[in-house]
Amino acid sequence: MTAAALLVAGLSLAIFWAPEDADQGISQKIFYVHVPVALTSYAAFFWAAWKALRLLWKGDERNDLESYTAVHMGVIFGVLTLVTGSIWAKVSWGQWWVWSEQQLTLFLILFLFYSAYFMLRYSTDPGPRRARTSAVYALFGVALIPVSFMAIRLAEGLIHPVVFKRDGPDMEGSMFLTFCVCLAAMLALAGALYLIELSGKRADASLRALRERLA
Amino acid sequence: MTGYFGDVAALARKDLLVELRTRDTVPAMLLFVVAALVVFHFALPAESSRLAASGMLWIALLFTALLALVRAFVGERDQGTLDGLILAPCDRSAIWLGKTLSVLAFLLFAEAVALPAFALFYENVTWELVAGVALANVGIAAVGTLLGAMAAAARARELLLPLLFLPVAIPLVVGGVGATVDDDPGRYLAFLALYDLIFAILSWASFEYVVTE
Amino acid sequence: MISASGLGRRFGERRVLSGVDFGLERGGFLLVTGPNGSGKTTLLRLLAGLLAPTEGALEIQTDRGRIGFLGHEPLVYRELTALENLDLFGRLYRVPERRERTGMLLERFGLWDARGEVASTFSRGMLQRLAICRTLLHDPELLLLDEPFSALDAHGTELLQAELADAAGRTLVVASHQPERIDPHATQRLALA
Repeated sequence: MTAAALLVAGLSLAIFWAPEDADQGISQKIFYVHVPVALTSYAAFFWAAWKALRLLWKGDERNDLESYTAVHMGVIFGVLTLVTGSIWAKVSWGQWWVWSEQQLTLFLILFLFYSAYFMLRYSTDPGPRRARTSAVYALFGVALIPVSFMAIRLAEGLIHPVVFKRDGPDMEGSMFLTFCVCLAAMLALAGALYLIELSGKRADASLRALRERLA
Repeated sequence: MTGYFGDVAALARKDLLVELRTRDTVPAMLLFVVAALVVFHFALPAESSRLAASGMLWIALLFTALLALVRAFVGERDQGTLDGLILAPCDRSAIWLGKTLSVLAFLLFAEAVALPAFALFYENVTWELVAGVALANVGIAAVGTLLGAMAAAARARELLLPLLFLPVAIPLVVGGVGATVDDDPGRYLAFLALYDLIFAILSWASFEYVVTE
Repeated sequence: MISASGLGRRFGERRVLSGVDFGLERGGFLLVTGPNGSGKTTLLRLLAGLLAPTEGALEIQTDRGRIGFLGHEPLVYRELTALENLDLFGRLYRVPERRERTGMLLERFGLWDARGEVASTFSRGMLQRLAICRTLLHDPELLLLDEPFSALDAHGTELLQAELADAAGRTLVVASHQPERIDPHATQRLALA
């Protein structure tokens, strides 16, 4: 409920209230969606890694489900990041994909990495081993984030000369407020989806356990 | 301490002995890497830069490495010998280290052929290139061995390992190509060393969880 | 030495073992019986530490290096010779006087002449005998044998029976679906459904 409210509030603020950025005009509004979505995605991956760590430490199987759901959220929001980023690129620079957009490239790598996470889970038989292997992989993911970021920065000068410069938004008060509201909205949305999916999966698991006991 | 490294040495020796007797992996790697380099010649436009050629070398090396990595644990799992190692009182990370060292050895053999072939077909091999390859080898072996163990426990393992491995290998390609081509290779070599450090430690510490049930 | 309560193991949806309770004191000999698919192998793998229980509790008062496990697979490297195999495991288990012990076991189980041959040339019976050597190499306190007689030839069977009869203070758990051979020696029995 809160998520929905925040989302509506955030979007309306973004569309109607925040002043248009001098350089990019109305397209700049996408920023209010793109960056919060990206940050939410990161948050989801870190949450997944935290749950993964707890699984390996404590051995509590519930952490596996939580970690998995978090990765799922991260990937969903990651795809949104890629899509909104692409839209922004098209609107700003006339191309659907721009390699020099470091954030976007980073997300592409992460998207590949975490998609493989699902392949890994799908191919492994359920059990304590799958839980542990997924946890280790999730931890590798967050280690990969800074490393890939560094790699992309290094690759920048190497392969694709920096052609497009994007000025980080100099945010005035009103823009900043809108941004924060949108960020809160995205996080709330992710949180809500996470909880919904988690309870759904837990219900499935309980159902299965019951069925087994009856059999 | 000597017990630990004694274990590692015994395990690495075991892998090298097995390879010596069966000759399954290294000859295939040698053939593959040369074949790949030849194929790339036809894929590259006529006046290709050093950058493009280096890129192709790194792709060839990555995929050659995958050949070794896939085989690293599949045999042990299928024959059940991995159980024998897990039963033993040795530290599970020693299994990882032993396997990583043997994979490293296979990579070195493959590169002993690949680099001269590269020099022959394309461009000179500079010391920066060799340093880059040497450093990247460590990263490839370290992460690849861990991921190989993960994949070996799954179905469709030959498909799964490349999927798991390639995203993680992207920074290695950046580092390697950069070291070869850029005017300031030091940055890229330092980056490769950092990658190796981070991921080797992670792999070493988490192997236990991947291989026990 | 061993105590299990409510022990169970699930594989995905399939529950292979459930509600297993027993205790085994040091020096005891537990015979586990049951038809194929009743979970004997799973139980032994749980005891060996190759599997973790998914329910219940299992306590084993000895560490990994003092457990000897003989499963369905011989767990030896086919590409290495008998001597090389035992040498490797001897190192990993920190067996004192490795060479002497290896030689003694190979001789006892009739493999001395084949010691320099790679295991891939061995017959099934010889492989099983090599596996037994591997299992006994480090003089384990706790012996876990899963269908040890199933792959043995006549000679090997004699040798193993002699070995079991002279338990030398070891604790034994043997799983078999043809328990007649071993039954007389057992101090405890556990029948899995």
